[in-house]
Amino acid sequence: MDTSTVVVPDQQGRWKHLYKALTKPGPFSDEDWVPGAETVNALESSKILVIGAGGLGCEILKNLALSGFKDIHVIDMDTIDISNLNRQFLFRQTDIGKPKAEVAAAFVQKRVKGVNITPYVGKIQDKDEDYYMQFKIIICGLDSIEARRWINSTLIGMVDPEDPESLKPLVDGGTEGFKGQARVILPTLSSCIECQLDMHAPRPAVPLCTIATIPRQPQHCIEWAHQIAWQEKRKDDPFDSDDMEHISWVYNAALERAQQFHIHGVTFQMTQGVVKNIIPAIASTNAVIAASTTSEVLKIATSCNPYLENYMMYAGEEGVYTYTFEAEKKPDCPVCGNLARKMDVDPNMTLGEFIESLGERAESQLKKPSMRTEERTLYQRFPPQLEEHTRPNLQLKLGELLENGQEIAVSDSAYTIDFRFRLIFK
Amino acid sequence: MADTFTAITGPSSKERKYDRQLRLWAASGQQALEDSRVLLINSDGPLGRDSTGVTGVVGVEALKNLVLPGIGGFTIVDPAMVTEADLGVNFFLEEESLGKSRAAETCRLLRELNPDVQGYSSAKPIADLLQDPEFLPRHKLVIISGPTKSSSLQPLCQAATELGIPVLYTHSVGFIATFSLQLAAEFPIVETHPDPESTQDLRLLNAWPELAAAGAALADLGSMDDHQHGHVPYILLLLRFLEEWKQSHDGNVPSNYREKTDFREFVRSNARTSNAEGGEENFDEAAAAVLKTISPFSLRSTIRDIFEMSECQLPTAESPDFWIIASAVRSFYSVHNVLPLPGSLPDMKAQSADYVSLQNIYKAKARKDVDEVTATVRQLEFQLGRTTPAIPEREIEVFCKNAAHIKVVRGRGIPQITGASNAATIKTIRNQLGNPDSLIPLWIACQILDAVVDDIQTSGQELQRSVDDEELWQTHTDRIVNLIFTDDPAALSHEAREHIDEAILELRRTEGGELHNIASLAGGLVAQEALKVLTRQYGPLDNTCVFDGARSRSEMYRL
Repeated sequence: MDTSTVVVPDQQGRWKHLYKALTKPGPFSDEDWVPGAETVNALESSKILVIGAGGLGCEILKNLALSGFKDIHVIDMDTIDISNLNRQFLFRQTDIGKPKAEVAAAFVQKRVKGVNITPYVGKIQDKDEDYYMQFKIIICGLDSIEARRWINSTLIGMVDPEDPESLKPLVDGGTEGFKGQARVILPTLSSCIECQLDMHAPRPAVPLCTIATIPRQPQHCIEWAHQIAWQEKRKDDPFDSDDMEHISWVYNAALERAQQFHIHGVTFQMTQGVVKNIIPAIASTNAVIAASTTSEVLKIATSCNPYLENYMMYAGEEGVYTYTFEAEKKPDCPVCGNLARKMDVDPNMTLGEFIESLGERAESQLKKPSMRTEERTLYQRFPPQLEEHTRPNLQLKLGELLENGQEIAVSDSAYTIDFRFRLIFK
Repeated sequence: MADTFTAITGPSSKERKYDRQLRLWAASGQQALEDSRVLLINSDGPLGRDSTGVTGVVGVEALKNLVLPGIGGFTIVDPAMVTEADLGVNFFLEEESLGKSRAAETCRLLRELNPDVQGYSSAKPIADLLQDPEFLPRHKLVIISGPTKSSSLQPLCQAATELGIPVLYTHSVGFIATFSLQLAAEFPIVETHPDPESTQDLRLLNAWPELAAAGAALADLGSMDDHQHGHVPYILLLLRFLEEWKQSHDGNVPSNYREKTDFREFVRSNARTSNAEGGEENFDEAAAAVLKTISPFSLRSTIRDIFEMSECQLPTAESPDFWIIASAVRSFYSVHNVLPLPGSLPDMKAQSADYVSLQNIYKAKARKDVDEVTATVRQLEFQLGRTTPAIPEREIEVFCKNAAHIKVVRGRGIPQITGASNAATIKTIRNQLGNPDSLIPLWIACQILDAVVDDIQTSGQELQRSVDDEELWQTHTDRIVNLIFTDDPAALSHEAREHIDEAILELRRTEGGELHNIASLAGGLVAQEALKVLTRQYGPLDNTCVFDGARSRSEMYRL
């Protein structure tokens, strides 16, 4: 094609490699795609939101800036900790204690000429739909499933079928040790975070009776010190997992209990790991996942190549293994589907036990649920009068409260939407 | 006692900084990293007209991912000067870097990432540096940013092979990245970190006297109250029920799938269901463990292969520690028909004291096995007249714990398509070309790029010829495709040729240039391999990886 008539910036200049990819078609790019100045313009005018300025976020900001994006926003509520320095390469020893979003934005903006990065130090929940509406694409580098679910349901709720601009592609990355995944979500059109929830099941919790009476593992002793001893001895002192004195106290209490039961292996490192639920993290895995998410953002913004449909998992313990596949959109997804999700339950279980189990079940993962049927409220945490009124239901069996196959609506203060489940008695 | 109530100082600031990675490779892996210096050869002259050479972003990004976790040091070799185009792809350069040595500038900005790491740079071509025989041996790993002309690549890989230094050779062009890992002919790994589920070795059918005694000492189940009955560790339950099964099966244990499922039913039928919970967790655990654990010990074929290697059968005074220990473990196996017991016990429903005493039975046996292997190691050291320091006890212990999962990678050179290519490599490439979804055409396209650059750089006309020269590409494409199908040109299908042409088209889109994202991704993958090789933990790539950023996929090949 003739590129001499379109105005493209100096090919010999700073962006010559990138512009070549944007001004020439490739064998895999869409036949209808028009490379050239318009594509470059689409790239430079796309406003991008990065959620998280941690291990993935630092990499993503660098990658976006060096992919030619000019207007980038970043949200993060955290401050810099010493344990971030082994991978969050925009931070230095002297930055410890400062807000991640601000330090990261300033660093990349200084290093890469012409990019504008706007930080926001706070929670994603602080912002409303108007805020999210201004972006072209949203890219997530988070360690919390809860935050992912919140932004997912918010973006799905924003979709107006009459207005294509209201559909904000969500590109999400996550890592754990040598493993990770990247996924592209087109809200309401493709499989969403909630559809895929059971692919990221939480670790099963140790039963309370084991912790309280029959510990066998060093972790059981740590859980006892953290959950039980602290409550008994330091009830008025809210536990802070970032306070070294608190961790030391738990460590000592755990060590003492371990000796009493002749259990070996309680260490300070393990104590921190259990109490803070630490996930191993390294620079290289973050680099792989962050770059693959940014690469998808570049392809969505410019159409220079097909974007990921819709999930790539990566495992690096044994060579380099990736698996790319299309996760299915679920018609009974509580967020993007229109059917209630089926859930097998024991009718002899009490409502209280059922509520407890929703926190651990892979398909729900709701920590503080309230619930109702179409006819009546089963349990409501707030306001206090209603809580008191519905509390007796907690002792009743599901079989007494519900019909087999009945639908319930579950709400949780962490999310803006209701989750619908159809309970099947087993 | 090891973990008594002593001074509680908490972790050092270094342990805190590296906490998230120490959970993956522990202090031993960290020490190995800190003892390593990595050499990056990031360019080797212009690729042609309008080019100052490879932009080398993969290499710099890989170093970033190695400097952060704290390798001992690195050396960047790069004769190029920083140009405007470098600033559009390389994050470790800044406005003030323009016109300066790219080696010195990237070195300076990478060093800022971690004060624990030493950084060195040189703007001399690698061929000059290799004149100093002490240069290469200072390094534990070499990363080379391709495309690199054959006259630089070959001697470098050769020298590295002779010194036993692993090499990573990378390409990142447009949306495509490939890299290969050259390892020593035998690259042994002890700490492979298998999935904990797959490492359980409970020896229920090969019970040693102390374990068998613990099973026999279990009181009559019928006389237990519900609490006791519901807290018998499942291992003891299985030992007890195995004895009962044997009595009704002519002394035989369940040996096939059918018998095992029958045995599982038998275990289940002994659970009490009249209690408040309507069942017993320990019986559920026992039933769930039947298919996995009721099997006689069998040596995995990969370990058998290692035992049969000549290094294992005939160790010498010069053999590395690995082979001396492997040889001792082999002797252990030939006497006992089992490997040393790893000694770990999964968690299970039980009273604390019962669990701990069972755990002690496993630990004591593991200890005894380590002692036996250690004695053999000492004997071997003496017989062979080894002059190196005695192998540390800790090393023998780690080996015994991992004995069922050790690995020896048969290293290969950096693969290339030449007239002298290994027949097996060519065969793999041809097989892959038969699969329409294979990414091998991308690797072939990178081989052609190497040939084009080699041609330009050795022609003495670097500044006249272009890396996008149509004629050059035609010539080398035909030549390399012919080399793949040299004995049977008819075997090249129309479709395969089309896939190679597509790959070339995508590769040529950026005229040899890197895109930052893809280079950064490849830098992550390359660093991951470097970490595994330097720590000698987990499983390294064997030996080539291709990443396709256009279609978001990757593949591995043994070439």
